[in-house]
Amino acid sequence: MNPQLPIVDLLETLRLMLPELFLFLWALVVITVDLFSSRKNDSLVGYTALAGIVITGVLLTIAGDGVAFGAMFVNDPFSFAFKIIFLGTAFMAVGSSFGITKQKIQNHRGEFYGLILFSTVGMMFLASSHELVSLYIGLELTTIPLFVLAAFYKDDKMSVESGIKYFVIGAFSSAMLLYGFSFLYGMTGTTNLGQMSFNLAANHIAHQSSGFVMIIANVTILAGIGFKLSLPPFHQWAPDVYEGAPTPVAAFLSVGSKAAGLVAFTKIFLIGLWGYISIEMTPSDWGLMVGVMSAVAMIIGNIVAIRQTNIKRMLAYSSIAQAGYIMIGMIALNEHGISSVVFYTFVYLFANMGAFACVTIFEDKTGTTEIANYKGLAQTSPFFAALLAIFMLSLAGIPPLGGFMAKYKVFAAGINQASAFNVDWLYWLVGVGLLTSVFSLYYYVNVIKQMYFTKDASIYKMTFNPPVLTVLIICFVGIMVTGIYPEPVFEFANKVYSTFAFSILK
Amino acid sequence: MEFFDKIIELIVAAPGIIFTELSTRPVFWLLSMMMLVSGFLVVTLKNIFHSAIYLILCLFSVAGLFILLQAEFLAAAQVLIYVGAVAILMIFAIMLSTNVSGNKRMTTQNGLPVSIISAVFALGTISFIIMTKLNVVIKNPEGVITKGLWIGSKGELPLDNIMLIGKYIMTEYMLPFEVVSVLLLASMIGAIALARKERS
Repeated sequence: MNPQLPIVDLLETLRLMLPELFLFLWALVVITVDLFSSRKNDSLVGYTALAGIVITGVLLTIAGDGVAFGAMFVNDPFSFAFKIIFLGTAFMAVGSSFGITKQKIQNHRGEFYGLILFSTVGMMFLASSHELVSLYIGLELTTIPLFVLAAFYKDDKMSVESGIKYFVIGAFSSAMLLYGFSFLYGMTGTTNLGQMSFNLAANHIAHQSSGFVMIIANVTILAGIGFKLSLPPFHQWAPDVYEGAPTPVAAFLSVGSKAAGLVAFTKIFLIGLWGYISIEMTPSDWGLMVGVMSAVAMIIGNIVAIRQTNIKRMLAYSSIAQAGYIMIGMIALNEHGISSVVFYTFVYLFANMGAFACVTIFEDKTGTTEIANYKGLAQTSPFFAALLAIFMLSLAGIPPLGGFMAKYKVFAAGINQASAFNVDWLYWLVGVGLLTSVFSLYYYVNVIKQMYFTKDASIYKMTFNPPVLTVLIICFVGIMVTGIYPEPVFEFANKVYSTFAFSILK
Repeated sequence: MEFFDKIIELIVAAPGIIFTELSTRPVFWLLSMMMLVSGFLVVTLKNIFHSAIYLILCLFSVAGLFILLQAEFLAAAQVLIYVGAVAILMIFAIMLSTNVSGNKRMTTQNGLPVSIISAVFALGTISFIIMTKLNVVIKNPEGVITKGLWIGSKGELPLDNIMLIGKYIMTEYMLPFEVVSVLLLASMIGAIALARKERS
């Protein structure tokens, strides 16, 4: 069998890949601008990066749907939705980092923003990949710049520690992932996910001859992606890395890297192994494993977060718990499943990035991230306190904010699937989810209590620079819109599902 | 149980098998022995520098095994990446950080039970797969019936497999190949950002 040259319509391919190509070139432009800008006027580099992200967003709507490079590069509503999420994450991470006055970032803004953009290119490439090799490369391009970003304050012990930890964990997890991929390739003889699904269904090999190997492949891939998603038992790195890394990078990690893990999970388990699942329509092997991981994530994340005194560590544990909630939607394979995952990630983007932006502002002003220092802020900076309170309440899932609709959708998807196929453990999983969201209220509201319900006023007063104000307003509007009038987003999320099922058949 | 029967059968037949194996495939056995012995020395030697040297020998033997499997590309990559880059880096790190001749490696034996359990578990899993699953008859999508675990396997590799790898990289897998260059650029920028001296 000789390799075939794929028939490439050059203009069509260029149109489909335009956002990625542009963002890659723009990352180089950002680094170059940094060379020529004076150190005093250092917000120029940041504005250049922001402009690039916005232009990429516009190009994304031009790119449209289609298939390029054989089936290596697929643009569908699913990839579009996640690319918007990735670009939003990058925008907010860059936007909230303008006020950082640490020497290291001031001297190297070009590299800092350039690496964030490189990582975003990797995520976008990942969202479009339909094939194991490009999926892996996309994931690597996502994480390798993040190792550097986590250790960016190289004179700060905590930051270097966080970089090293993330590097070791990241290298280990991608080794696990590749090991699992090699099993999948060996079993199906193809790296293309659509073809893989077809081969698995056509031969029933998964069920007859190599079920045992299938389990090993599932376990190793789950371990690899579990690190990215910080699902227990692969979650220990998250609090340490978030605490040490520069705060915008921690924000970027908590949303962008997690969403990248979700994309990889969806691509492999819901597209590549679809032929294996579709026989029973229930996620037989990996479903229960992911279910247990999700339950433990919700329990550990929410309970350990209660004891945290550092807000970055608290948000890290909260993000572990949030990953658990998202995975409920992933296990529910019905039409609500995928759309609830997309919707949840969308809301999580606004709430979490908003919360981290507030933490960044506070850290720039005061140099501390302890929750106790937030006390009395409502009297000196009421706008800041109100925004942070709204982000916290949305993360906790209080109506009428976006977080409530997101949790509702995910739980509804789980219950639907459980009643349709009589899966008992799914009821239990949703039950754990409901119970732990009550626990989670304690530590989210604790921050609000510190800000509002103390007698003496804070000694700090928060100020906002224009980019970070934009970020906060976008997050606020996003949470409000998804909470009060979510129909447009729902509709788009449902479209993702309908076309997603189509791409499985291809 | 069938599984244990097979093991006992193997143990009984072992001397004969070993004799025929040794006489028919001496190179394979030489390389495997080299790999096993040097691998064992890597983890048991007290001097960390000697361990690194034996690691190189071990990786070389693995490259030899790849050549026996007709995977010359893998062998070359193994030598270039592991022997040429990784091991050299390791030796550099050791020579820069510790007193090479004097320092004894301090190891604790606390993890021994755990490591024995995990070794037995890993070995058991692999031998279970090999013994029970290797003779399954599989029909791959093109209708070719093969005996073995992997439907993708075509038995022997074609002789021009390096050429095929090159062709695949430049045709079907061109996109990931190009993206790897972006990845390299990003990691280079990152490495420089971390390593360079600060102007004050």
